[in-house]
Amino acid sequence: MTSVPKIRYSRRSLLKTGGAALAASALPAPMVWGQSIRDITLRQFGTGVSNLNEVATKVKEDLGITLEMTALDTDSVTQRAATQPDSFDIADIEYFVCKKVWPSGNLQAMDASRITNYDKIVGIFRDGKLTPESTIAQGTAPHTVGFVEGPGGTEFVNNESGWMTLIPTIYNADTLGIRPDLIGRPIESWSELLNSEFAGKASILDISSIGIMDMAMVCEAMGEIQYGDKGNMTRDEIDRTIAIFTEAKQNGQFRAFWKTFDESVNLMASGEVVIQSMWSPAITAVRSRGIPCVYQPLREGYRSWGGGIGLSANLSGMELDAAYDYINWYLSGWVGGFLMRQGYYSAVPETSKDFMSENEWGYWFEGKESTDDITSPFGDKLAGAGEIRDGGSFYDRMGAVACWNSVMEENQYMVRKWNEFIAA
Amino acid sequence: MTKQVTAWIQAAPMAAVLLSFLVAPIVMIVIVSFWGATEYSIYPAFQFDNYEFLFGSSVTYRVFLNTFKYALITWAFTLVIGFTVAYYLAFEIRSLKWQIALFLLCTIPFWTSNIIRMISWIPFLGRNGLANSTLISWGVIDEPLEWLLFSDFSVILAFVHLYTLFMVVPIFNTMMRIDRALIEAARDQGASAWQSLTHVIIPLCKPGIMIGTIFVTTLVMGDFITVRFMSGSQRANVGRLISNDINLLQYPSASATAVVLLITVLIVIGLLLRLVDIRKEL
Repeated sequence: MTSVPKIRYSRRSLLKTGGAALAASALPAPMVWGQSIRDITLRQFGTGVSNLNEVATKVKEDLGITLEMTALDTDSVTQRAATQPDSFDIADIEYFVCKKVWPSGNLQAMDASRITNYDKIVGIFRDGKLTPESTIAQGTAPHTVGFVEGPGGTEFVNNESGWMTLIPTIYNADTLGIRPDLIGRPIESWSELLNSEFAGKASILDISSIGIMDMAMVCEAMGEIQYGDKGNMTRDEIDRTIAIFTEAKQNGQFRAFWKTFDESVNLMASGEVVIQSMWSPAITAVRSRGIPCVYQPLREGYRSWGGGIGLSANLSGMELDAAYDYINWYLSGWVGGFLMRQGYYSAVPETSKDFMSENEWGYWFEGKESTDDITSPFGDKLAGAGEIRDGGSFYDRMGAVACWNSVMEENQYMVRKWNEFIAA
Repeated sequence: MTKQVTAWIQAAPMAAVLLSFLVAPIVMIVIVSFWGATEYSIYPAFQFDNYEFLFGSSVTYRVFLNTFKYALITWAFTLVIGFTVAYYLAFEIRSLKWQIALFLLCTIPFWTSNIIRMISWIPFLGRNGLANSTLISWGVIDEPLEWLLFSDFSVILAFVHLYTLFMVVPIFNTMMRIDRALIEAARDQGASAWQSLTHVIIPLCKPGIMIGTIFVTTLVMGDFITVRFMSGSQRANVGRLISNDINLLQYPSASATAVVLLITVLIVIGLLLRLVDIRKEL
């Protein structure tokens, strides 16, 4: 694992160097199942964000489980989870998709008592509250679809029932990306996306379910529309939102719309666009070219998303045990560290701490000034010494979530209006 | 074996290929276009919902109109450029060796992928791209031209660039088969160069022009990726409607749009074929 330069724990060194306490709590399984689990293959699919080959390599090394990864786009992930139950053992899906996938009966609830680090999972995924004082954001907040009443449960319940739909793996708070060098003044509100100052230099993503949410953040910030729930708009709210953006489009506000990660990077890096909806790793990609780019915290808050892994209903016996081992391993820290050093968050941040240097932990999680270069797990330099992460600490960022990604009841209507917007 | 049976057997492999790879998929698309869809699945049915929605939406008409606009403008440009290039190759270049060499030169861009040739325009036309910085350094403009990229201009530019060769090849082919004696005869009769072009060469090139037209029209009308990339997703054509539907798992609705597009293109080709009987002229 050359991608982990500073701290390298293999299972052997952990056991050897007296990390036995950690190993015993996090990796109990290999000692019990060590021999037989080596033959087990688990088929996992998900989006490219978390379906990383490094994870498969590491789990093979640590547990001996062979993980076959299939990376698909968001829409195909949903389709497969809902329609092809025999094609996977582990589904890596987003929380908001749960509402659609769970009724198909293709996933089985997980026994929380078998999840070693369950108590350490961040509150967002349990009672919905990051800290006891937090308010719960609009949209499909993960805890609302995170639990069912029992092993065969079909209804989501609003408490920690002990039976989980998904184990949270990766999540983040999204906002607008800007080019500070080309804007030259502070940006503080989502409403700046439609500021005529940036006419012909703005962009929004052409993925309807997420784009409409960014639009809503803008319209609300402008004071044009007050939404009941941005994650579940009425037809009237959809119409008014799209109308505002159609007018802006016809006035030439947008340079382009983007659909893929690469497009958003190129638009920003080339200076075609100076303000746009963006994803965290895209900011990183622009920066690694030496171009200034900021993931701008805004006063109205973030649009957030979270993914998790669910178990296929077909899993049983040894495969099911292996899947639980895999999940426990996933939450035991190595993967968390790997993801957090790319700017995402882990469901159990405290276990990841052991797999990050003090400098990395301070920069990524605590929002402290870096004391040395910050590099990605792939070796790219992301920040120098003395820099601070955009948006600050974990609690500053995840505490300011205004809305979670969601699927609306009026989804089909919204999609049609979205197509009209693109064709307008 | 009788002659007829032999003929059937000889035709069978081709017929089988066409049936399984052309006819069957189209039949499938037509069938699915009557099916229903939920958000995550499709179910067999016989309903006209997809067509009703398609014809009931003003977006459809606007998008079809836009598709025709792209096809027409691209056709006009590729025809003029393609004809000129073919004319030069066929009549101005005297030696066969050079004709072949230059013709092959035209095909070299096709050694790279369609998408790459298209995307390479983006950095060229961009706000800080080569075109704008050159024009500014020449003093032609003070501010970068915004309409160069992510506009109808860039879409049509890319289409013309990608598809002109499809016009050159068939026109060049028909031109090479024109009996040079006919042109000499025209000149002997006192025809000017223009007159022999309009009265002799163009009429004799009609089949080539028509084949080129069919290529260009069908390619442009069926495209979605060029429009998406070169307009920065800001413009739509029918292909993009279909691709949006597919992304949202609305296969029946995508099929319905595809069927309407197919019929439209067939009508266009039908009209074109009425103008020139390609079979007779070939």
